[in-house]
Amino acid sequence: MLIPHPLLGPRDSAEFTYLGDASLIARPDGMSDGADEAFYDYLYLRDNPAGIHRELWFHEQGDRSWLVVTRNTLTHEILGAELARDVAMAQRNTPEAKA
Amino acid sequence: MRYSGFRVLREGLFGHKGWKPAWRDPAPKTHYDIIIVGGGGHGLATAHYLAKIYGEKSIAVLEKGWIGGGNVGRNTTIVRSNYLLDGNEPFYEFSLKLWEGLEQDLNYNAMVSQRGILNLCHSDAQRDAYRRRGNAMLLNGADAELLDPDQVRRMAPFLNFDNARFPIKGGLLQRRGGTVRHDAVAWGYARAADSRGVDIIQNCEVTGFRIEKGRVKGVETSRGFIGAGKVGVAVAGSSSRVMEKAGMRLPLESHALQAFVSEGLKPVLPGVITFGAGHFYVSQSDKGGLVFGGDIDGYNSYAQRGNLPVIEDVCEGGMALMPMIGRARLLRMWGGIMDMSMDGSPIIDRTPVDGLYFNGGWCYGGFKATPASGYVFAHLLSTDQPHDTATAYRFDRFRRGYLIDEKGVGAQPNLH
Repeated sequence: MLIPHPLLGPRDSAEFTYLGDASLIARPDGMSDGADEAFYDYLYLRDNPAGIHRELWFHEQGDRSWLVVTRNTLTHEILGAELARDVAMAQRNTPEAKA
Repeated sequence: MRYSGFRVLREGLFGHKGWKPAWRDPAPKTHYDIIIVGGGGHGLATAHYLAKIYGEKSIAVLEKGWIGGGNVGRNTTIVRSNYLLDGNEPFYEFSLKLWEGLEQDLNYNAMVSQRGILNLCHSDAQRDAYRRRGNAMLLNGADAELLDPDQVRRMAPFLNFDNARFPIKGGLLQRRGGTVRHDAVAWGYARAADSRGVDIIQNCEVTGFRIEKGRVKGVETSRGFIGAGKVGVAVAGSSSRVMEKAGMRLPLESHALQAFVSEGLKPVLPGVITFGAGHFYVSQSDKGGLVFGGDIDGYNSYAQRGNLPVIEDVCEGGMALMPMIGRARLLRMWGGIMDMSMDGSPIIDRTPVDGLYFNGGWCYGGFKATPASGYVFAHLLSTDQPHDTATAYRFDRFRRGYLIDEKGVGAQPNLH
């Protein structure tokens, strides 16, 4: 599989390590009410879809950036990749995050 | 029809015209007491033990494709009970005991071969860990022997003992472990279950559950609605997909695991051998092929095939362990979808929906568990209580912090 790195162009997936579902970016607040439940959900439960999946890859043998890769789990086709930093910033700037 | 040497002789004399299909191809009825979703090894074993041990009369197994077409036909056929943790070892030892009596129980030749499994160690620390594991096995009634390098050398002289980086320091041997002809396990269970009246319905995909007031009433399928008192789901890599239809999110990820076979060779391997410094395990089939495997591919997949980097990694492990494997040609490789759980151990439990039960999360260790998985799932379905050897395999262990993490890597399914 070739991952289209936004900074480096197409890179062999063997240069990367895999973490899992991109929802892991949104770590719950450990100090909030109901943090137990939120962390159970965050740590252990997964959508695990058959089809389009957004997931975190780490360019360990490269520039050591985290990417959010969009990939089809039924065919292994890679549909896109963006810097996880940009995804996280965008999530932080959404109205619900500010509220 | 009972299979025996006499029957083979008799059929030989009459042109083999008396053989009948090993199981029926029934149309689905409108209602069953118990429906098993998934006609793999675990589902078929569940049906067999429900009928034979628990005396259930009205059972159907629903299979999307053909029985035994999933992981029970795609694994590397190894059976063993060399686990460390209390939540696991009694269960897997129970399974190994069931393997030992399987062929008599099913009247089917599953080629159960207790040729032994040898886990090699490559450092003093790893030998200590194996000693501890062996003791845990002995305490749970399994067999285990710690071998020194000379004993390993006598058993398998072809291994790379003097590798500068990973010298072989000994091994943990379980003589009762070995291999079983995997397809025959599915067929044997199917035939035995069918002979006790279980309807095995192939090409019947479950497309949804009918749930009323928190209780399951039956399943919607590609062949219409089928009512049920209880529904048990045993669908391995498709677990998240199926249970989503009942509104559940599971502590699972689906990953592709590849397996490999070489061309047929004369007998070279005495049993199953595993490399302790990488992830590589190998045995030799009765047909002569070296059957081996290693790590999962490491990213979520439903594709039933893997990619080249892991093939290279597995072959490197083989070359490091037994350089002679480089002279054999790789014949073919294939993939299956593993239901990787968050702690590397399975789940056999009730669900929040009354009458709906779940069996999954087998990671890449489901084949050896087939008989016990079926037995304890049948126990749960029939009595509503977990079997004594499966009390730890509950959904709520994640919430409560009682993980069964043999490898100690945490909630990272691609590392288990």
